[in-house]
Amino acid sequence: MALLQIQEPGGKPAKVLHRLAVGIDLGTSNSLVSALCGTGVETLPDDNGQHLLPSVVRYSADGSPLVGYAALSGLVDDPENTVASSKRLLGKSLSELQNLPQVLPFKFDPEREETSPAISTVSGSKDPVQISADILEKLKVRAEQCLKGELEGAVITVPAYFNDAQRQQTKDAAKLAGLNVLRLLNEPTAAAVAYGLDSEDQGKVCVFDLGGGTFDVSLLSLQKGVFEVLATGGDTNLGGNDFDHALAQWILQQAGYNAELDFSERAILNQLAMDVKHQLSEQDQLEISWQDWSGTITNTEYSEICAELIKRTINTCRRVLRDASLTINDIDNIVLVGGSTRMPVIRQAVASFFSKEALTNIDPDKVVAIGAGIQADVLIGNKSSNNFLLLDVNPLSLGIETMGELVEKIIPRNTTIPVARAQEFTTFKDGQTAMSLHVVQGERELVEDCRSLARFELRGIPAMVAGAAKIRVSFQVDADGLLSVAAEELSTGKKAEIQIKPSYGLKSDLIEEMLQSSQENAQVDMELRSVKEAQLEATQLIDAIANARSSDGEILNTEELLLIEKAVETLELAMKDSSANKIRELTEDLNRISGDFASRRMDLHIGRALKGESIDEVANSSS
Amino acid sequence: MALSITQNAAQHVAEQLSSRGHGLGIRVGVTTTGCSGMAYVLEFVDKLEVGDQVFEDHGVKIIVDPKSLVYIDGTEMDFVKQGVNEGFEFTNPNAKGECGCGESFSVG
Repeated sequence: MALLQIQEPGGKPAKVLHRLAVGIDLGTSNSLVSALCGTGVETLPDDNGQHLLPSVVRYSADGSPLVGYAALSGLVDDPENTVASSKRLLGKSLSELQNLPQVLPFKFDPEREETSPAISTVSGSKDPVQISADILEKLKVRAEQCLKGELEGAVITVPAYFNDAQRQQTKDAAKLAGLNVLRLLNEPTAAAVAYGLDSEDQGKVCVFDLGGGTFDVSLLSLQKGVFEVLATGGDTNLGGNDFDHALAQWILQQAGYNAELDFSERAILNQLAMDVKHQLSEQDQLEISWQDWSGTITNTEYSEICAELIKRTINTCRRVLRDASLTINDIDNIVLVGGSTRMPVIRQAVASFFSKEALTNIDPDKVVAIGAGIQADVLIGNKSSNNFLLLDVNPLSLGIETMGELVEKIIPRNTTIPVARAQEFTTFKDGQTAMSLHVVQGERELVEDCRSLARFELRGIPAMVAGAAKIRVSFQVDADGLLSVAAEELSTGKKAEIQIKPSYGLKSDLIEEMLQSSQENAQVDMELRSVKEAQLEATQLIDAIANARSSDGEILNTEELLLIEKAVETLELAMKDSSANKIRELTEDLNRISGDFASRRMDLHIGRALKGESIDEVANSSS
Repeated sequence: MALSITQNAAQHVAEQLSSRGHGLGIRVGVTTTGCSGMAYVLEFVDKLEVGDQVFEDHGVKIIVDPKSLVYIDGTEMDFVKQGVNEGFEFTNPNAKGECGCGESFSVG
């Protein structure tokens, strides 16, 4: 246990060593907040004991919005000012919103630009970020009341397929709600973390998420505590509601009811269908009655009624497996997420498709939030560093340009982040006082084939001979993928740095393309790199010999001079179009031929120094 | 019902009380923390509250309010060093589980 110190009376009760951090599942239909309570991470209830917060916000003319259960009635009474499923609106342009399959009952603010749509409500224009922020704020207040303290950070989950814009808007919403985002975590990853699958060495996990209105399947690959999303698939318009609808149709058919249903009849029927669905999760057979019809339904019948829907979910699983080039035998664990996975018919279908029972012992409504809470607790620093979870990887290598337009990779692709790596570089020319750093991203060996991220300069390097200066270049990628690069000249401490967001604007298909091109060109790149390196070595030697000749050329006799000149000439010629091996061979020749010259120079300098010439003069004469 | 304190812990309490200059003893209690857990309270006592129980062990007065007593009856208080940290530690026979950081506990 934590060690306690004696406090002053009436002061803060017991020192809170524990830093408060929550996990938030910002869902399409419902949202949840979780935190470490006592022995484990649990979802936090509101004053009425409800854990789920419907993701619904109702705006009114008199100010503060209603969020959650209090806003639900607004969907019927006041649809223009009540927003549900705002998650679907994140990161979309106006025309994208107007083309959504659902008919949205609201008016969009005509003043807003195409790229930042907002809904006109009685309380003013509300954009998706603002609406999400209202939901997040409600959860934040709940957590602070429950945990009795101010939150220091939150992990918020997002669907694995969310793009940069959607992720950025989620972060913006959190900021607006006054939350410090520790990390955005992919929902399927959160679910796997909740089951502790991250503590296993490696494995493949299929996360099957069937919620109220959306369906997602994700395949994750785990390597040493790092999850990578291999493939995702799903249907943004398939969920529990569709199962209710199918059952309602069946009841109508059984009852021989042909007339149009009015609004309240439909509501009663939908409620009945939902109740039947819930009860069939508990028992295998059920008596049902609607109006003057009554009958029984079994789970077998129910699975026939929903056969089409179930088939759609299984087909998605099959497709996702194919996308990841995996078979069912590769899958080590299946995690069920979303309330609809309570249905025995779904569990059976999943188990029979994968020939394996899915993990179900955590409430499927809460599993994502719990995983986020576990991650939040780790990220805020309540756990020791040895069980620190590293869940993200950088998608492409990061490096800098070196002489010869080559790329020196500093952080290789698939390195877990956060990460910091440093490497020492040196000057290429004598007396070089500045260094230009070009930060690039990609897998290819040559700069021109990689993506340029930034350029900056380090100035004020003291003049030294080539290779004597030590410049430490450090790369740091934080948990959100933000890269900072710093260069420092070690003898003077001169520094320069820059911050970059490497993944910004990089679509996943572009990443894919960059990877593919690096694999296809690996051999060519290797050879090119080898040639460039050999050319560089040769240039350096030729430069050094030229310098030495201009200062101490008198110690060479004509014959020796000719020999060296000839070797230099041959090498220079070869550098233009020969293979790396040939260049290396000739460089070696030149090195051997000039070796005697070098040692005689050394003797000469020592001799001069002994004769009383100052070191400065020696140094000047050789530079 | 009783609480106990080790010789070593008693010595540290006595030292801290004397360097503070005043105080009857120390209060040991529990407070709720998080959503379900409880955390220990450890503070100096300048005046007794109604219902406070006072235990004396190794010359140190340990004061407990009756509500807390049910959760921590039988607890032994020790003073330990863990690396660079030192402080008081409780061994509570009632605690069924502790949270990761050891800050809170539950009595199940």
